[in-house]
Parts: sequence; C-alpha cells; structure tokens
Amino acid sequence: MSKMSYAEAISDSVAIEMRQDPNIAYVGEDPVGGAQQVFMGAWCEFPERFIVAPITETANAGCAIGASMCGMRMILDMMYADFIPVAMDEIYNQAANVCYTYNGKGNCPVVIRAMCGNGTSEGLQHSHSLENLFAHIPGLKVVMPTFPDDAKGLMTSSLRDNGPVIFLTHRKLGYNEGEVPDNEYLVPLGKAKVVREGKDVTLVSWSYPVMTCLQAAENLVKQGINAEVIDLRTIVPWDKECIKESVRKTGRLVVVSEENHTGSFAGEIAATLAEEIFNALKGPIKRVTSIDAPVPIGKLEDLYLITPEKIEKAVMSLF
Amino acid sequence: MTMNKEKRVTLYRSMLMIRRFEEKVRECFLAGEIPGFIHPYLGEEAVAAGVCSSLEKEDKVLSHHRGTGHAIALGVDPDKLMAELFGKRDGTNGGRVGQMHVTDKEHGLVASNGIVGGALPLSVGAAFFCKYQNNGKVAIAFCGDGGAARGTSHEAMQFASVFKLPLILVIENNLIAGATPFGAINNVKDLADRAGGYGIPGVVVDGNDVEAVYEVVGEAAKHARNGEGPSIIECKTWRMDGHFIGDPGWGKEEGENEEWKKRDPISSFTARLIAAGDVTQEELDTIDAEVTKIVEDAADFARQSPYPTEEALTAHVYAG
Repeated sequence: MSKMSYAEAISDSVAIEMRQDPNIAYVGEDPVGGAQQVFMGAWCEFPERFIVAPITETANAGCAIGASMCGMRMILDMMYADFIPVAMDEIYNQAANVCYTYNGKGNCPVVIRAMCGNGTSEGLQHSHSLENLFAHIPGLKVVMPTFPDDAKGLMTSSLRDNGPVIFLTHRKLGYNEGEVPDNEYLVPLGKAKVVREGKDVTLVSWSYPVMTCLQAAENLVKQGINAEVIDLRTIVPWDKECIKESVRKTGRLVVVSEENHTGSFAGEIAATLAEEIFNALKGPIKRVTSIDAPVPIGKLEDLYLITPEKIEKAVMSLF
Repeated sequence: MTMNKEKRVTLYRSMLMIRRFEEKVRECFLAGEIPGFIHPYLGEEAVAAGVCSSLEKEDKVLSHHRGTGHAIALGVDPDKLMAELFGKRDGTNGGRVGQMHVTDKEHGLVASNGIVGGALPLSVGAAFFCKYQNNGKVAIAFCGDGGAARGTSHEAMQFASVFKLPLILVIENNLIAGATPFGAINNVKDLADRAGGYGIPGVVVDGNDVEAVYEVVGEAAKHARNGEGPSIIECKTWRMDGHFIGDPGWGKEEGENEEWKKRDPISSFTARLIAAGDVTQEELDTIDAEVTKIVEDAADFARQSPYPTEEALTAHVYAG
C-alpha cells in the first residue's frame, strides 16, 4: 500500500496498464494544465502514447473510438463532463453502438474520462456530471469512483473492458489522499461497496456526495439513527442486489446524488427498488438531488449544493 | 494510360456488380422483401470501384449511409450483404442493423454510418491506428457533398493534418444533399479547395471515370503510406436514383438525369474498353451473366436465411 491522491491513483493504474499493453494510447487536450492532471505520471513515462490534441473534441473522440474499433485500447480525455456533449454523436450514435453492430466480431474498448461535479463556483458549463444522460444510453458503462483505491481499481477494470466506459472523476476528490494498493489492482465494475454499516436507514450515493452522506451519518448518530452508506461506484452496471440487501435490513432508502432532479439515475434506483422490494419498505423512498436549475456561482452555489443537512432532513422525514 | 487489361476488366466487373446488386435491392424492396430505409448507390459505381480497387488488404474504410457500393467493391460476401439488408440472421451483422450500418472488418469495412458526416471522426481513429501500428496502411473516409458541410469534416482534417495521419477523405459530390441541390447550400464550386486550409493536397476528379478515380486515389495512398499525411479527393458524380428508394427524384431539375445518363460510368467505360480492343462485347456479356447470377443467388440466400430470434435483441449490447 502507498499513500497517494485519487488523481495519482488513476495515473498509477494507467501507467501499470500501459507497461503491460503497448496498444493503450491517450487522446485529449491539455493533459498538463487540464482537469486535475489525472494522467500525469503515465504521461511522463509514456509521452509517445499521449496525443495532445487540438480543441477538436469531435475529432478527438472519433480518434479514440475509431482506433479502439480497429484494435487499440484508448483513453479519451474530455476534460469536463460538460464538454462531453460537444462530441455526443461520437459517443451516443457511434461508440455505444459498436459492439451491437459488430455482433461479436469486434469491440470498442475506450475509456472516456472527464472531471465532473459542482462546488467550486465554475459555473453552469463546468459543474455538471450528466451520469444520468450516459446511463440512459444502451452500450455505455458509467463509472464514478469516490476513494483513491477504488479510483485505481476501477480505472484498471475500465481499461480492460471491451466496450466504451464513461469514467467521471469528481473535482472535489482529485487531491484527496488514501492508502492505495501497489502494483496491479482491480475493482470489478458493477459492484457497490458498503462504506458505513448501519441498521436504520440506507443512504445510496456515488462520487463526492458519498462523503456528504458519511458526514450526515455521523450527525444522525446524535438523533439515535444509525445509517448505512453505500457507495455505488458504478452507475452502469449498477449493483441492485447490494442495495436490496441493505434495504431489507433497514427498511428505509434515501438516494443522494448531484444530478438535477428530473430524470436522474437516483429516480431509476428509487423506481426499481419500489418495483422489486416494496414490501420491505417502511416508508417512501426519498431522493436528495440538485434542483432542476443550472449550477450557479458564488454564494448562490452554496444554496444549490447537496449538504449533510439536506440529507439529514430527508432521513428524519422517515422516522 | 498504364492500366493493363486485367485491371480494367476488374474495375468493370466491380462496377457492374454494384449496379446489378442495387437493381436487385430495388426490386426486392419494392416487393416488400427488404424493410426500412434504403439508399441506392446507382450512378456512383465508378467512385466505389475506383477507390476500393486501389487499396491494399488491411487498409481501413469508413463508409456513409449510401455504402452498399463500397461494401461490394471491397469484396464483402454478396450473400451476407443481401441477408443483412433483408434483416436476416446470416447477414454481415446478424440482420440487426440494415443497409446504413453494414460492417465487415475482414474486408476492411470498419464502419458505415446513418449520421451524415459521421464516418469522418472515426476515420481519424482508423488512420491513427495505422500510423500507431506503423504498418503502411491507410484509412479512407467516404462522405457526400452534404456530409462535407458538417463540422466533423473540418475537425477530422484539422486533426489528421496536424499529426500527418494516413487518411484520404473521398468526397462523393453527387451534387445533391437529400433533395437540396449543391449550389443552394455551398458557396464554392470545388470542395477539394478546402485542402488548402489544412496544408494538404486536394484533387478534383471526374467521379464517373473509374480509371481516373483509381489513379488519384493510388497517388493519395502512396502519399499517405510514405508518411506525408492526408489528402482530400472530390469525385464529381451523380446519384441516378433518389436519396432513398421511394424518393421520385426530389430536388433534381428536369432533364438532369438524362444528361448524366450520357456519362454513365459503366457504359462510358465499356465503350472505352471495346474501342481499345481490351474486350469484346461477348466477353462483357459473359461477365454480366456471371454477376447477375451472383446477385440472384444472393437474393435467394437472403430469402432462405432465418430471421434473428429474440435473444438477438440484447446480444452484444454491452461488450463481452
């Protein structure tokens, strides 16, 4: 184990994979000054595999996806999640359909990475995550790690996946440090993790809001409530069984995400659990999400953010 | 002209195969045997035959929504191709995607596209692959004059020119985008002029002259294989049929089809072959009979192939 940041853990995974597989390459803009340098170590070790592209998102995406269709494993760095829709045709109409079209005779191994999340006053085109948009598209997997060790293990699994994976790294997590396994390390896609055990209510979240849930859980102890916190880690495929098992125990479910409320993946989780284990529930499923408005800047953003208080209020409404 | 007789006959055969195949597709579509949205290649045969005949094995081709001609010229099995159009299990793609999305990586057909201009970004990746593997291969992106208007063409050529990727953009300028004539939506006469903006070669060629297309693509491919980067080739041609089967010819002026018929790529090439003494009419008739038989057999194969079953709805949606 070594102490390293979330960003360093991702770079560590990429470097290890690049050492083993000469057919991994990167396309993106500004890997040096861009979104939290999550590839810095790998870039220093393999500069010839890093294509520093013009501001041609459509061509950059096409380069990564087209090369992966021909037999490479590509990393596409889109910088900010908000910029991914600039190349949405390449992702929605092209990458997501490749495996289906090839019908078993080819793959599309491309990891599409971007920084996501709100909370640093960067405004309405640099603060969204859009995981619900990608989760809706058949053919795309969606990964959102919270902790440094998971960031490494999930990046390794994403790089080894044979289809397109959207890999979103939260801006408020990039410099968080933690103990990370050395050498090759894998965390399987589609497996959630119980990060705090509890018996009274289940809080399901992913990416930075997991931290907010953990804080809320600590505060709830004072109210005599022992909350279980689940880090979903992978949005597609998502670990339904892990959540069901927890809810069968607690009888209460609050889903917490930074997504805008309407059409959120939090809604998908709520609907699925209501369909499948309604009788295990002691009350309504609650969602704590962002309001249906763009992300503002400055003091107004503070009102917009998911806070422990908002989560605690939702939990208390169930008791 | 340095081309030998055998090569010329190969080009003729390739064009004729496309024509007979497309005629059969039309017939089967109108008989209700082929579902959906079919974009015929009739009239543009010299482009597909000229481009694809100049390629090497392992070169990569990314086609557009009117790509049946490219598939045939690349040597995709006509039986499987027809079965795909029929939506049958033995199709190139399992009968799930249809005419606009045919792929056959074994024959170099990496992608076809229902999104106009959609092949161009992906072709950057195919060319990047060739360069990264340092294998001397090239990528071809096909788009129409309509597709060339999209921002994808700019970004693709910007990227490809910066990294000197072995990419050839073949613009099949059939002078109409859907039902909108070229002049109504373009401020220039020649789209190949845009090459100047990227510092790369741009060539305009008669897209109804199969030998001329073959020659210019061969030159561009040599340039690309030598590591000198991408080119744009604009082939001026004419789509004899509608945008899709069912389109009566919207957007075309009266008499235009008749004028272009005089420049039909197959009959004009046939006249040249006979005048040069390369072939006799009898030999050409024999080739026609062979090709017609292959196409008839393909339709029979497609008819007899079963439909995909329910498991096919979800197979390979996610990578295995």
